[in-house]
This record gives sequence, structure tokens and C-alpha cells, in this order.
Amino acid sequence: MSYWRSIATIVRKDLLVELRGKEIILSVSFFVFLMVFIFNFAFKPGTIPLEVMTPGVLWFTFLFAGMLSFQRVVSTEQENGCLDGLMLCPHGRDVIFVAKTISSFLFVLVVEVISLPFFAVVFNLSFFPVELLLIIPLATFGISIIGTLLAALSMNTRLREVMLPILLIPLVVPVVIAAVESTGNALSGEGWASVQPWIWVMVIFDIVFLVIGLLTFEHVIEE
Amino acid sequence: MNEAKPIKAESTRSIVPRLTWLDGLFWVTAIAIFVDLYLIFLWVPKEAIQGNVQRIFYFHLPAAWIAYLAFFLVFLFGIFHLKTRNPKWDHYAYSAAELGVVFTSVTIVTGIIWAKPIFGVWWVWDARLTTTALLWLVYVGYLMVGAYAVSGDKASRLRSAVGILGFAVVPINYLSVSLWDTVHIEPIVIGGDDTFLSADMRLTLYFSLATFTALFVFLLVVRIMLRESEAAVEELDQERETALS
Repeated sequence: MSYWRSIATIVRKDLLVELRGKEIILSVSFFVFLMVFIFNFAFKPGTIPLEVMTPGVLWFTFLFAGMLSFQRVVSTEQENGCLDGLMLCPHGRDVIFVAKTISSFLFVLVVEVISLPFFAVVFNLSFFPVELLLIIPLATFGISIIGTLLAALSMNTRLREVMLPILLIPLVVPVVIAAVESTGNALSGEGWASVQPWIWVMVIFDIVFLVIGLLTFEHVIEE
Repeated sequence: MNEAKPIKAESTRSIVPRLTWLDGLFWVTAIAIFVDLYLIFLWVPKEAIQGNVQRIFYFHLPAAWIAYLAFFLVFLFGIFHLKTRNPKWDHYAYSAAELGVVFTSVTIVTGIIWAKPIFGVWWVWDARLTTTALLWLVYVGYLMVGAYAVSGDKASRLRSAVGILGFAVVPINYLSVSLWDTVHIEPIVIGGDDTFLSADMRLTLYFSLATFTALFVFLLVVRIMLRESEAAVEELDQERETALS
């Protein structure tokens, strides 16, 4: 099987499992709704202008939602020795990494698409800035790459539920900052020129993380 | 009657201690530290605007540079370790990471002490400060991964990966002053605009940098030696356990 065929097969398997079980998308979407209400308690309504608060709440909610998904996408393979099976397949370990990243990315993206109308209602956004069509996939992809790598990494530690956030949050900060800043600019209607530098930051970090992920993943999952 | 065996005296030992290069490094560093303290506290003139507080600068900046250097070494040794799987590289990387965390802590603490009289507050949620704190967190995470890994061999590989990944945050920290509006000064101290520091201030800074580098190298070598002994003890422990079972 060719490189991309192998990846497509694993992604298809993940999507099928999700389609049948609806475990990740439903539960994580619900978690996102919950987070928005919790943030509402943290920031007393009316004290902070909505356009200041919205990008931060949006992206931290997505980041936490992502964290739950990455953990799940990677840990399903641990059940019944699926990971050993995947590793025995005649393809490089990087195939598993790319496939798992794509699956995580798609799940989180679906959750984001489901929850965006909800955000629009709660934060009283009357328009949808087109810039978000670029910002959301780029930032989500960056978070997914590093999240998948670190989920696989923390699987091998005793405190896996704690290690993933401890490692992920500081490392993913450059992407999240870029996402928050560009979303803020887009929401206040400042146009492409103000969004563009942050887009580049995200593109650079996506590439850097992808390269590091491809090179280190095999060392991380190896028994 | 038992004949007590006389303990053999180490007759080969000369009265004059043999100086190894490590001893040499120790003495060079120790003397440099005293000269550095003299330069910083007595020799260099008081800064015109900030007064004596500015002398923190000669600790703050070198500590930050050494932290960068340490994290670069973690990155480099991490790559070597994953490539060759030689535990030696992991010992090097781990020791550098520990020192990097220590020097980042020094940077943050001196920064906090300096910020209070100058900015009026201990801490500002500013890009430079925040990314420095993040850097600290990343490498504490590096140390934690090793501590919680399921096996020693895994620990070394996992933390090498984190060390390589973590280095991606270092440029963000360095560039943060130019990327965002920040209260922290631009990194123009060296090179760039020379009017920023007078000649004697620059000399003190360079001497302080050299001293910190010597201290770092000395501590790194000692830490690596200690780490290797630790690993040897661990290995002996494991051997004993397998022999017992």
C-alpha cells in the first residue's frame, strides 16, 4: 500500500468508529457548551467587553476540547493491543502519526463547526468574518499535530491524564496566541492586513511541529 | 590472635595535589565570580536614571543567555540521543535541562526584583515575561516526563522528544520583544545601537557573560558526572534485583 493509501485507511477506520459510536464528537461538543457557561462565571458579564473576551474564550475552549479528543483518538489504539497491530503493519511509524493527526484534526474541526453558531448566539456576534475560514483550520491543525504527538508520549507515562495538559499547553501557546490575536482582529473587522502576520506565525508553527512530529513520533511510541 | 592487616597507605599520592582540568575550571570560575562581583558592585558606575538597581542587569541578562544556551544543548543532545540511542547523550541533555531550569529561575527572580522599583509592580503580564515563564514550564515538563515514564529507557526517549519540541518556544521568547508591544527593552544591548551602554558597562556585561558561561560549563560537567554515577547505581540495582529473583 502506498503512503497516502495507508494514511487514508487509518483515517477512514477512525471516522467509521466515530460514526458508529459517536463518542468523541458528541461528548466533546457538550463539553464545549459547558465550558462557555463556566467562563461566564469566571468573567462577570458586562465587566469585560465581549470582543475582548470572545477570542480568548473561543480558543481556550477549543484547546481543552482538543485535549480530550487527542487523548481519546490515541488511547483507543491501546485497547486490545490495536497499537501493536498498527505498528506491525508494513509501513513507517510516521504513517500512524499523520493518520492520527488528521483524525484528531477532523474531529476537533467538526466540534468547532457545531459550536460556532452557539458562540455566535452567546457572544452576540452578528456576522461571520471570512478570515476565520483560514484561522480555524490552521490553528486547529497546529494544536492537533502537537496534541497527537504528546498524547502518544504521555501514554507511556504513569500520569497520562496530567502529563498531556502539562506538556501541551505551554508548547501550543505560540499557535493559540496567534489564533486569539487574529480572531480578535477578524472579529473587530480590521481586515486581512491585521490578520496576515498571525496567519504566517501559525503556518510556520504548523510546519515546525509537523516536521518535529514526523521525526520523533517513532521514538515515542516504540516499545 | 588475629593479625590486623595494615591498611595500605596510598604512597603513590604526592603531597602536591594533582590538578585536573576540572579543578582548573573550578578555580578560574571561582576567581572570575569574585572579579565579576567587584566589577558589578564597585567598579561599574551607577546608571544615571535607574540608579543602583540597574546592577541587577549584569546578572539578569547573562542568566537569560545561559538559559538559552542550556536549552539549545538539550535540543542538540536530544537529537543525538534519538539518533544514536547512546544513553550518554541523554545524561548530557538531562543535566543541561536541569541547569536551564535553574538559570531561567534566576532570570525570572532577578527580573521580578528589578521590575518592582522600575515598573512599580513585581510582575506584568507582558509578552517577554509570560513567554519566559512558559519556557520554564516547558522544561519543568521535560524533567517531569522522565520522572513519570514507565521505564528508564522510555524516559530518556520521551524527554528527548520533549526537549526537541520545547526548543520551538525559545525563538518565540527571544523575539517576543519585537513581536508584541512590551515593557521589556529591545534586545539591542549587544551589537545594534552602542549608545545604549557606556564602554565600562559593556565591559562589565561581557565579563559577567563570560563568568556565567564558565560557571555553567563547570556545573554542567559536574552534573553530568553525577548523572552518570546515578545511572551506574541504577544499573547495579537492577542487576541485583534480577540476580535475586
